[in-house]
Amino acid sequence: MKSVSRIDELLADVEAHLKDGVLQVKEASEKGRPIVGTYCTFAPWELITAAGAIPATLCARGEDPITAAEEHLPRNLCPLIKSSYGYALTDKCPYFHFCDMVIAESTCDGKKKMYELMSRMKPLHLMMLPQTAEGDVARSAWRSELDRLKARLEDAFSVTIDDEAISKRIALRNRERMALNSLWELSRLDPPAITGREQFLISEYCEFHFHKEELVPWLGNLVYQIREAYDQGERRVGKDAPRILITGCPLGGAQKVIHAIEDAGAVVVCYENCGGVKELGFLVDEDRPPMEALTDKYLNVGCSVMTPNTSRMDNLKNLIESYNVDGVVEVVLQACHTYAVETYEVRELVRSTGRPYMSVETDYSKSDIGQLATRIGAFLEML
Amino acid sequence: MLTIGVDIGSVGTKAVLFDGDIVDRHLEPTGWNPSEAGHRAMESLLKRNSLSPGRIDRVVSTGYGRKSFVEVDKAVTEITCHARGAHFMDPEIRTVLDIGGQDSKVILLDDQGRVLDFMMNDKCAAGTGRFLQVMATLLEYPIEEFGAVDPDGEMQKISSMCTVFAESEVVSHLAKGISKNAVALGLLESVAVRASSMLGRMGVKPVVGFTGGVSRCPSLVSLLEGQLNCDVRTYGDSHYAGALGSALIASEL
Repeated sequence: MKSVSRIDELLADVEAHLKDGVLQVKEASEKGRPIVGTYCTFAPWELITAAGAIPATLCARGEDPITAAEEHLPRNLCPLIKSSYGYALTDKCPYFHFCDMVIAESTCDGKKKMYELMSRMKPLHLMMLPQTAEGDVARSAWRSELDRLKARLEDAFSVTIDDEAISKRIALRNRERMALNSLWELSRLDPPAITGREQFLISEYCEFHFHKEELVPWLGNLVYQIREAYDQGERRVGKDAPRILITGCPLGGAQKVIHAIEDAGAVVVCYENCGGVKELGFLVDEDRPPMEALTDKYLNVGCSVMTPNTSRMDNLKNLIESYNVDGVVEVVLQACHTYAVETYEVRELVRSTGRPYMSVETDYSKSDIGQLATRIGAFLEML
Repeated sequence: MLTIGVDIGSVGTKAVLFDGDIVDRHLEPTGWNPSEAGHRAMESLLKRNSLSPGRIDRVVSTGYGRKSFVEVDKAVTEITCHARGAHFMDPEIRTVLDIGGQDSKVILLDDQGRVLDFMMNDKCAAGTGRFLQVMATLLEYPIEEFGAVDPDGEMQKISSMCTVFAESEVVSHLAKGISKNAVALGLLESVAVRASSMLGRMGVKPVVGFTGGVSRCPSLVSLLEGQLNCDVRTYGDSHYAGALGSALIASEL
């Protein structure tokens, strides 16, 4: 007996609207709303929206524009940097096309040098990221970077950003963060209510939904309905499927890793990558002066460009326990030195919890799909 | 119980008929159609042993073509199968070095033949059977002779690991009048160095068992022993390790 799956229907609806973000941005832009393109988790969403602008994540996950990017950039650079630049160069990214300004961060060397070239195409504001999250010097440096960004936004869009506006935006974004947390928590269930692919799909939808006031209740309702179907017995994941946590570089262009894991019979229950739980998993303190609270919040994003990167390790340990994972797969994009070096520490950390760990280095091409299937398959057979 | 393990590799397809021990084995070229090769290998085994397909209780496939061969009870990765096969051949093995047609791997085992950790080469053919095959052809050696050049002879170091770059390096050495044997030995050594660095990164635990087609190069084995400073065991059925492991897994399903 096969009844119509309620979760299937809900997800089909999400999928059907996945590309709505482009239209939302186009409409907003035509109505004169400024669009601010971002690439990285460090870009403070609250400040950009407090300036009346719409922050849009720029394209960086396709393989196609890499060839064009390589006319200006070295070949042995990470695919994310090449893809970002290639999309901009070939005008194939609608968000880049409509954006009035790009916010960049001096995360890794490759990115910061690429941004110099990109600044020829669009007004670009580079935030100077300290190399450590520890100590007063780093904190005050980052604090003044937020002030500098605020001044730049005010100047570019002829607005004044006051604390009240920022506080309102902090509250809204925190509501979205809490709603996302409830989505991720569906994967704490055993078996999880949805697969890792599905979780990724919904997260993507949320990232590219620009009316957060509408999104938050919609997401809350979606999670509620999935939970209800689950409680009534709907199961999408076998109860013996090994529970995997993915960590490392951004996954947008390397979703083949998620597919390899789930095609081999396991389920991804948690993503410790940029954009997801790494940033959105942490709230901004609403009881403190807003600029101060934002400074601490974003400075503590556990990115591998920070030295030491204590907050990533603490967070990972926590997630491994709370999601009750059976194994950890780390994804490193080719030529991403900071994450690649950090794999050693992550391996030690994961193994100290008694769980198996593997790292895979990959790029945006399809050339290693067979090898990934074997390596990940063998890893899962070890569990 | 009668089972068959089929290992569809990039170059050769191996099948083992198993009843608690190896009953028979078969090897044939994979060619362009991996699933077809799997069928042919199974049919050869059945025919030679006068068995009808119904007599086989279970079939497990492995190797890069494992998923294309659908008439099986299960597909298992070659890492797990090689580990089980190597353990069956020699229960003392704790480290498997497997060098096949297009990939190489190092697997650490526990005393039950279970995988503790493993490492695979990246996606190119550096240091694999394919690399040696291209070089043997370039030097006009039959492959057996190439793998058996005197390991104590004169050696010309080869620094490129990339098949294409090594090819041009070899050509330039030959143009300078360096002997074919010295170049061949240098090529074998470059494979031994690469393999031992992979082994080093995993942490070699004795006994080291060497499997896969390339394990049939005796001079490479002795170069490896020199690099690692320990015994490297090879076995008559080394290249059947994957098929043997899958037949074994089939018998336990």
